[in-house]
Amino acid sequence: MADRPVPLSDKKLMDVKLGELPTWATTGDFTPNGIISAVRRGHDRFFNKYINVKKGGIGGVAMLLTGYVILSYVWEYDHIKHDRWRKYH
Amino acid sequence: MTLSFFDQFSLTTFMGIPLIALALTLPWILFPTPQNRCLNNRLSTLQAWFIRQFTHQLFLPINQGGHKWALLLASLLIFLITLNLLGMLPYTFTPTTQLSMNMGLAIPLWLATVLIGARYQPNHTLAHLLPVGTPGLLIPILIMIETISLFIRPIALGIRLTANLTAGHLLIQLISTAAFHLLFIMPSVSLLTTTLLLLLTILELAVAIIQAYVFVLLVSLYLQESV
Repeated sequence: MADRPVPLSDKKLMDVKLGELPTWATTGDFTPNGIISAVRRGHDRFFNKYINVKKGGIGGVAMLLTGYVILSYVWEYDHIKHDRWRKYH
Repeated sequence: MTLSFFDQFSLTTFMGIPLIALALTLPWILFPTPQNRCLNNRLSTLQAWFIRQFTHQLFLPINQGGHKWALLLASLLIFLITLNLLGMLPYTFTPTTQLSMNMGLAIPLWLATVLIGARYQPNHTLAHLLPVGTPGLLIPILIMIETISLFIRPIALGIRLTANLTAGHLLIQLISTAAFHLLFIMPSVSLLTTTLLLLLTILELAVAIIQAYVFVLLVSLYLQESV
């Protein structure tokens, strides 16, 4: 029995075929409300999986902090590259 | 391009957004709203315990009227501690090294305590300008000195926080640069410098926490005088 055709915007990322990826990316809701609700959904998923558990460990917060460090590095790369290239400190 | 030792404190922007925006929003992510449950997750329980301990400790000497400030001072402490400690991670930006932000926190809070005292207990507030038991001849001078000390409080609050954190970060940067470059020239001296760096890092962690606490403590003291 063949699968019923599902509209592209309803598919999850793992079910989208590689050729359809650009079109799928444009079907998202990019209004301010849409972006805020997407961030809220992502936050709730992370929170409920790693932090809001009975015996949470250091992993949940550690992942957040590592992501923050990496993001800060990316943010400051233009400033830091001069320190590496400089001949005399 | 001109080099200065303070380059690490300048704001960098990426695609138009300054890094301080990211640094200021992170404390709100790390402290989830406590749910209305009997047993929360471990993170919420730890945070709630810490906040309760601190608030109880801080508001012991203040009378009933000052307890309205509990929420403000507790959230101020959490905010400052988180900002200071997050600044110890590599490559991160510490917003409390910027004088503008610290003065923005210090001046309104100090002014609020002064205005509350002047509005509700003007006599008592003015009486603070003269300590009890001063000799008669010293009264004019002492009133001037006390007024000056009153107006220096916000400046001292802001500059204390800024200077402590900036000095700590600067020392860490300088000593780590020295240790790294000495590694290839004189490894034994590099070992000494690395030990110094470790001790300094421990000091910095302590200073980060203590400075936040001192800030909030002093505001509560000024409040205590006025309420």
